[in-house]
Amino acid sequence: MTHQSQAEREAQLGAILERCNDLRLSPVPKEGSLPEGYTGTLGHFPVYFPEEIAHACGLLPVNILGGGNKLEMKHADAHMGSFICSICRSTAEMGLNGSLSGLTGFVTHPICDAAKHLGGIWARNFPEQLAQILYLPQNPNTPGAVSYVAAEYQRLRGEFEKKAGHTVDDAALSRSIRIYNRNRQLLRELYAIRRDEPWKLSCTEGYLLLRARTRIPCEEHNALLEAALPLIRARDRAAQDKPRVVFVGGFCEQPPLEMLEAIDDACYVVEDDLLIGLRWITSDVPETGDPIRALAESFVDRSAASPVQHDERKSKEGYLMEMIESSRAEAAIVTAAKFCEPGLDEQVAWSKHLDEVGIQYLVLEFEEKMTSFEQMAMQLETFAESLLFSIA
Amino acid sequence: MTTETPAKPGAAAAADAPGEFNAHLEGQQLFKAWYSGLEQARARGQNVANVFVMGNAVEILRAFDFQLVFPEINSLQTGVRKVSEEYLRDSEDYGYSPDVCSYVKADVGLILREQKHPSGTIPKADIAITSNMCSTFIKWGEIWERMLKTPTFTLDLPGQRSANWQVRQGDAQHMADTKWVEAQFRDLISRCEKITGKRFDMDRLAEVEDRVNRMVAHWNNVMAFNRTCPAPYNAMLDGLTYIGIMNVYRGTDEGVEFMRRLEESLRAKVARGEGRVAEERFRLLFSGTPCYVSMRRLVELFESWGGVFAYSDYLTFAAGGMDAAEMVYDTSRPLESLAEITAMAAQRGLSNQFFAHERLAQQIKDYDVDGIVFHGIKSCRFVSSGMADTRNYLNQRLNIPSLYIESDLIDPRYWSDAQIKNRVDAFFESLQQRGGTPPAPGGKHSSTPIGSHS
Repeated sequence: MTHQSQAEREAQLGAILERCNDLRLSPVPKEGSLPEGYTGTLGHFPVYFPEEIAHACGLLPVNILGGGNKLEMKHADAHMGSFICSICRSTAEMGLNGSLSGLTGFVTHPICDAAKHLGGIWARNFPEQLAQILYLPQNPNTPGAVSYVAAEYQRLRGEFEKKAGHTVDDAALSRSIRIYNRNRQLLRELYAIRRDEPWKLSCTEGYLLLRARTRIPCEEHNALLEAALPLIRARDRAAQDKPRVVFVGGFCEQPPLEMLEAIDDACYVVEDDLLIGLRWITSDVPETGDPIRALAESFVDRSAASPVQHDERKSKEGYLMEMIESSRAEAAIVTAAKFCEPGLDEQVAWSKHLDEVGIQYLVLEFEEKMTSFEQMAMQLETFAESLLFSIA
Repeated sequence: MTTETPAKPGAAAAADAPGEFNAHLEGQQLFKAWYSGLEQARARGQNVANVFVMGNAVEILRAFDFQLVFPEINSLQTGVRKVSEEYLRDSEDYGYSPDVCSYVKADVGLILREQKHPSGTIPKADIAITSNMCSTFIKWGEIWERMLKTPTFTLDLPGQRSANWQVRQGDAQHMADTKWVEAQFRDLISRCEKITGKRFDMDRLAEVEDRVNRMVAHWNNVMAFNRTCPAPYNAMLDGLTYIGIMNVYRGTDEGVEFMRRLEESLRAKVARGEGRVAEERFRLLFSGTPCYVSMRRLVELFESWGGVFAYSDYLTFAAGGMDAAEMVYDTSRPLESLAEITAMAAQRGLSNQFFAHERLAQQIKDYDVDGIVFHGIKSCRFVSSGMADTRNYLNQRLNIPSLYIESDLIDPRYWSDAQIKNRVDAFFESLQQRGGTPPAPGGKHSSTPIGSHS
């Protein structure tokens, strides 16, 4: 690294980011193009999914994140109402147009009712795939929650074993946990750069690096991050006069990349909840003892927060304030995906709270399929200017 | 869950015999008494709990003598009384999107109006029970936490995980789910003890359960009567009164008596061969929730063609999935049994909404229906998200005619009378073209019992 010039390092990092973007746009790997050691793919809908279980079974965990703004809707209109959020509709479309035909299974979660309905839509239209709702509890506070989650994980493990055609021992699960723990550590480092030196890594770049895990094995993603992190740290970039903001509302449906770029142009996003499910477990999962129980305990006791997970220990206002304070942000961008009821509910709660505590914020509504960003860019620019003037 | 008196369709429909039980009138009186009880709760020194119609813990709360508030019923009553738009607009002015559940928004409107409801002042709750049965319940509870500082308890009821999910009482999966539900009930009980300052009384729980058992037994027979042709009641009009009582008076003596007398009167009606409509030409299944601002009008559009809603899945899921013979509490071990039945009912009646094709296929047969009417609600993802796909599936697999209409639970801005009438008329014309039963004296069938309802 020390022998490389700044331009060479930037080119190397550019190539990594280019690959990440290609992965973002790439289809789900089908049989024949699966990475070595994998016998199938396990599609999982946001937010959180214990990828370690599928990973240990040799099923590549693939996060199904909708169709973005390049997908043409031809079939979904006849299967889901126009009032349903875009990620659910485009996921159905991708199933119906064959883009997800290579999946061995599809797991959705009780994050909202539209997401739960995807389980039924999958069962009716793609009976050859394993279609499951993983009932992660909306009450993680009652004693017994860990045992319940562990039982659910064991059930899922059994389903995956049947699909994979072989059993998976605890040692294999512990190996997967170790690989994912390494990933968690690397992602914490990535976000620390965003927090401490945001001029070195934009929100868009950080997002692409994170999202790459949704298409490749975790061990490969670890190698990618291990290559990228030193290159990011060595970047020689001067800090600009931009406000530090927190972005919320990206826990499920993903904002278009162009929207993140528009935000980057105006602000430093020093913390966000984009793909929070991939960072759900906030510290290492114990690598010894019963691996299933360790994963269950981590879900209940060492986890992040989102508008679609109820937890008495984490009020929605409380965790937003913690994000703002821990990242030393001065403002927030409070977004919600169009037709996302939980997101729209939270937008009201967050706005009222930020009014109360006197923190400035910008409310934005987005849709994964949006293609015009001029108006949003103008709103962001005005917001950033008002922040800079008020801070000055 | 309306209390308005449904108009009798057609001149030939038999009037209630003198002295006969009038379910609508009795229902209205019971609802009035309930609202009056809400207003007096504080003066009586009663604690108050907010509960939803699905996935609640009413039996435990009644054992603690909580006065129960059903916020969904408060919201729908604003629709029945034609004032919902005012509450909805208040909520939207406060910041809630048009895409948010209109029940939630009417309730936020109620909070903004200091709990002033057309039926009286609604007391603020000491605890709210939410559940994962409908995801909006949880967000709704968080609004109470925020705006009213109400402590909430979220009951997590494991649902149906996949298609062909065969869970039977006592099997390993059912027992695993039961264990989790029971742990939560024990947690809830300790919280209720703190709120009320009372010790939990297992005998009182058993008494409440005994009353629920009796109500449910009558309710199951009431449901089964509509398998008879002609159907003695309309599931989406008369049925809304019945379901309202099933919820609000669940586990009470008044509830048992209402259901007993209802069963008795309907049994007599069936014996007389009387139907809800004078000439039953089409038996229909209604899937979805009502549109409380225009329900009478909607039913009228169907009944004018001789179409009667013999069954609605609303009567199943909005009664907590209890309409099955196996939903009987074992009062000798009340808490364990409550957990067992709750775990079963949650899957049978509620979470199977997500795999609706399975139960609808069965209900089409059970109620011998000629077609299904799907009622999509933009702001209710629980019932609406999978509706179009389910409809496609059933059309293809069972060749069952269906109609899809869209409006709202209580938002009159989404009711388009001319458009809905056109669609309903076209649906019946197509049913006739498919060889539907022509008008005939005595209706489509003549008192043919289809299902067993002994």
